[in-house]
Amino acid sequence: MENVIELQGVSKKFQTFSIDNIDLQIKKGYTTGFIGANGSGKSTIIKLIMNLLQPDRGNVKVFGMNHANHEKEIKSRIGFVYDSNIYYESLNLRDISKIVAPAYKQWDNKQFNKYIDQFELPLNKSIKSFSKGMQMKASIAIALSHNPELIIMDEPTAGLDPTFRRELLDIFQDVMINEGKSIFFSTHTTSDLERFADYIVLVNKGEILLHQSLEELREQYVLVKGSADLLDRDTESHFINIERSHDTFQALSKNVEEVQKVFNNHVVIEKASLDEIMFFMKSAHRNELNNSNYKYS
Amino acid sequence: MQIIISNSSKEPIYEQIFKQIQTKIFSGELKEGTALPSIRQLARDLRISVITTKRAYEELEKAGFIYLIAGKGSFVAEQNQKFLEKKTTSD
Repeated sequence: MENVIELQGVSKKFQTFSIDNIDLQIKKGYTTGFIGANGSGKSTIIKLIMNLLQPDRGNVKVFGMNHANHEKEIKSRIGFVYDSNIYYESLNLRDISKIVAPAYKQWDNKQFNKYIDQFELPLNKSIKSFSKGMQMKASIAIALSHNPELIIMDEPTAGLDPTFRRELLDIFQDVMINEGKSIFFSTHTTSDLERFADYIVLVNKGEILLHQSLEELREQYVLVKGSADLLDRDTESHFINIERSHDTFQALSKNVEEVQKVFNNHVVIEKASLDEIMFFMKSAHRNELNNSNYKYS
Repeated sequence: MQIIISNSSKEPIYEQIFKQIQTKIFSGELKEGTALPSIRQLARDLRISVITTKRAYEELEKAGFIYLIAGKGSFVAEQNQKFLEKKTTSD
C-alpha cells in the first residue's frame, strides 16, 4: 500500500523533550487519527511533517518527496489546519480568501463560499472578532477549498460544539469518498476517531506506542475488571497494565482468550475504548521508562 | 440499499453489514448483477471507517455473494444451488 507520509529514523532534540529515531508511515487513501496526552509529541511530529521544524536526523517524505527539493509542491497539495490562528487578525475572510486563492492552483472559490455558508461564518468581519470555534471553522474552510490530496490537522475539533463536530466529520467523510485523499489528524476527542478513523497512531513521550487499524484494536484490546484477590505475579502477567482501587482492579489486555482461560467467569471482560487503551498504555510506558532508568542508575 | 448498524452491539460492524447484505440477497431484494454502493460511499453513509466496509465487502466476496470488477465496483453474484436451498429452507 502506498504511503502518503513517511518518517524514517527521525530525531529531534529539545531541552526538555526529544523525539528519538521514530519511523512512521501514513497510508494513502485512509483516515489516520493521531492520539496521545498533552506534551506527548503530536504537534512536534505534525510540525516536522509540515517542515515547520526540521529534524536533527532522519528523513521526512510527503507524497514520496522531501521538503528540501519540493516544498512548494508538497504544500500546495496539503490542506493544513493548525491549532492557532495563522492569519492576520485584522483581516476578514473575504480579504483572506483573496490573498490565499492565488497561492493555490486548485483554489475553488465556489467551494469556499459553500463552506462559509454552511459554517455560518461572516465574510466581512475581522478574524479577531471570531470566537475560537469560528476561527477553527475558518481555518478548516480555507484548508478544504483548494482540493488538497492530504489533509493534516492539529486538533481540528478542539473548541467546537458537538453538533458542529458531527457536521464536520460528515464533511471529512465526503472528502474521503474520493480514494485519492488521505486525512491525518490529532485529537483528544477519541469519539470522533471511533466513528470513522481507519488507523490509529498513539504517541507518548516522543515514542510511537501503537499504530494499528481501528478494526484490529477493537478486536484485540479488552478491559478486564475483577476482585484484587485474583491478582498475583502469574495472573498479572496477562495484562498490559493494571489499575487498582481498594479491593478491585481494572486492567488492559491484548489477549482475551488467555484472560478467559485464566480467570474463567470471575472477571468482567469488556471491549476497551480508545481512551482506555490510551490511558493504560501510557501508564505501562511510564513504568517501563521508570524501570529502565532504575536499572541503569 | 438500507443498512442499519448498531454501535453498541457486541457483533462487529463488518459482520452486521455482511449479514444484512446477505439477507437482502436471500430475500431477493438485491438481485444478481445489482451494483452495490462503493466501499467509500457506504462508509460515508453509515458514518463508519473505510476499512470496516472494505472488510465487509471482502468477506462477502470470499463467501461468493458479490464480485468485484476493478474500476467499476462490486456487484451481486449469481446465487448457486446451495444458497437457493438455504433460502427456501429459511423461508
